[in-house]
Amino acid sequence: MKKLINAPENVVEEALAGMAAAHPHLLKIQFDPNFITRADAPVRGKVALLSGGGSGHEPMHGGFVGHGMLDAACPGAVFTSPTPDQILAATKAVDGGAGVLHIVKNYTGDVLNFEMAADLAKDEGVRVEAVIIDDDVAVQDSLYTAGRRGVGGTVLAEKICGGAAEAGLDLAAVAELCRGVNANVRSMGVALTPCTVPHAGKPSFTLGDDEIEFGVGIHGEPGRKRIKMEQADKIAEMLMEPILADLPFKSGDKALLFVNSLGGTPLVELYIIYRKAAEIAKAHGVEIVRSLVGPYITSLEMAGTSLSLLKLDEDMLRFWDAPVVTPALRWGG
Amino acid sequence: MSELLDVPVLSSWLKRADELIAARQAYLSDLDAAIGDGDHGANLVRGFHAVNAKLGTPADPAALFKTVGMTLIGTVGGASGPLYGSMFVEMGKAAAGKPTLDVAAWAEVLAAGVNGIAMRGKALPGEKTMLDALTPAVAAARAAATLPAALGAAAEAARQGAEATVPMVARKGRASYLGERSAGHADPGATSAALLLAALAEAAA
Repeated sequence: MKKLINAPENVVEEALAGMAAAHPHLLKIQFDPNFITRADAPVRGKVALLSGGGSGHEPMHGGFVGHGMLDAACPGAVFTSPTPDQILAATKAVDGGAGVLHIVKNYTGDVLNFEMAADLAKDEGVRVEAVIIDDDVAVQDSLYTAGRRGVGGTVLAEKICGGAAEAGLDLAAVAELCRGVNANVRSMGVALTPCTVPHAGKPSFTLGDDEIEFGVGIHGEPGRKRIKMEQADKIAEMLMEPILADLPFKSGDKALLFVNSLGGTPLVELYIIYRKAAEIAKAHGVEIVRSLVGPYITSLEMAGTSLSLLKLDEDMLRFWDAPVVTPALRWGG
Repeated sequence: MSELLDVPVLSSWLKRADELIAARQAYLSDLDAAIGDGDHGANLVRGFHAVNAKLGTPADPAALFKTVGMTLIGTVGGASGPLYGSMFVEMGKAAAGKPTLDVAAWAEVLAAGVNGIAMRGKALPGEKTMLDALTPAVAAARAAATLPAALGAAAEAARQGAEATVPMVARKGRASYLGERSAGHADPGATSAALLLAALAEAAA
């Protein structure tokens, strides 16, 4: 294992200290329990947005804290959900009197820890709503599984809801918008290489030189099937086909296409994928009116990509375009 | 071996659990890497180290269980933190007012804890989870006439229950995403649950 770390047990705290040093004007970082808030939290009268999850997916979620996006992020250990005490402390720290929306990716650990935290926060008089993001079409059969996973759609939900909260929508309306984004976004990923969790010290699974993991999750957990490596255009087709079929996307839909790196795949390859994915969407009659390309929800150093397609309505488009000032996303501010 | 579980024995259980889990950390993480995300061993080591650091000298078993539960909830993360945390919190409620636990009381305290896991995780036996080790352990504890027999039988039932998860297809947690590919590996949660009950049998012996 070659990693730019000092000790596996210090990875999260040292990275947080680095974020605090790099973005003092944007972020405040608390330790024990660990959480990140925007520098001006709590914002009086504004619905606060809080998300969290295991570390190792950077910039999600801490990199999305700031004006126009999240009020707080709770990082767990690498690939491990945060704990209720962290989430509770962060919830109280950012509540500006208008309530707190928890945006939770659908993983058993995340859901259980956020549920416990929301119960505790309500006991202390904080209004909390939770929305679970489950946009991963790789999981086909939710009857016999923990349900679809939350992946790339989470980034889009956090941006759009952040814009809405900044515009003054109340807690119920922001939660409703968040559910709407989740209902209209579909994602699918593929891994070219596994990744290594620092404290595990070895890759979480193995892939042959000519193999890829199709339908991979963001924790190095294997996907639905292992197939032979293909050219980029073929992979883009294989990712787009189940996404387009699932919503289903229709001719005339306006959409946002998000091509994400799982950490190890460079931008040059993402754009090759984007080119083909946009072509496929166009052939389907779907008009791509917004895009996001880059490493935004990663799986440590895993090579691979995930595609997310969000059907936009007027509100989503407006709040997507609204100003955002965070370490990882910044425009219009 | 005594016929009663008291605070010193329960404290030595948690110490032994910490040792056993630390010794098997790599094994637990390997099981988790096969069907989950590979963090189960490290998460439990962190949790049980914290438990032993925080335990002090609780007034009675109920206070001990509550401290264990709240510490696990606050330190483990993942799904196992709230699940094991809920188990010990519910055990604390069931043990309220009892300075010591005899065989019948222990069986009911364990049953309450296991029910806590089932409620929090919304799981049933047969779904390749901790419950597949713990549910047979409760039955074994309830059927035993003496405390030593109950602890030994519960540990053995949990061990067999964990082994029985090998061919199962997971329906809960991250392993469920593998579908049929989750068969052929023991469930890490069932395996760590069996270690916990083995630690109790050893600590009380």
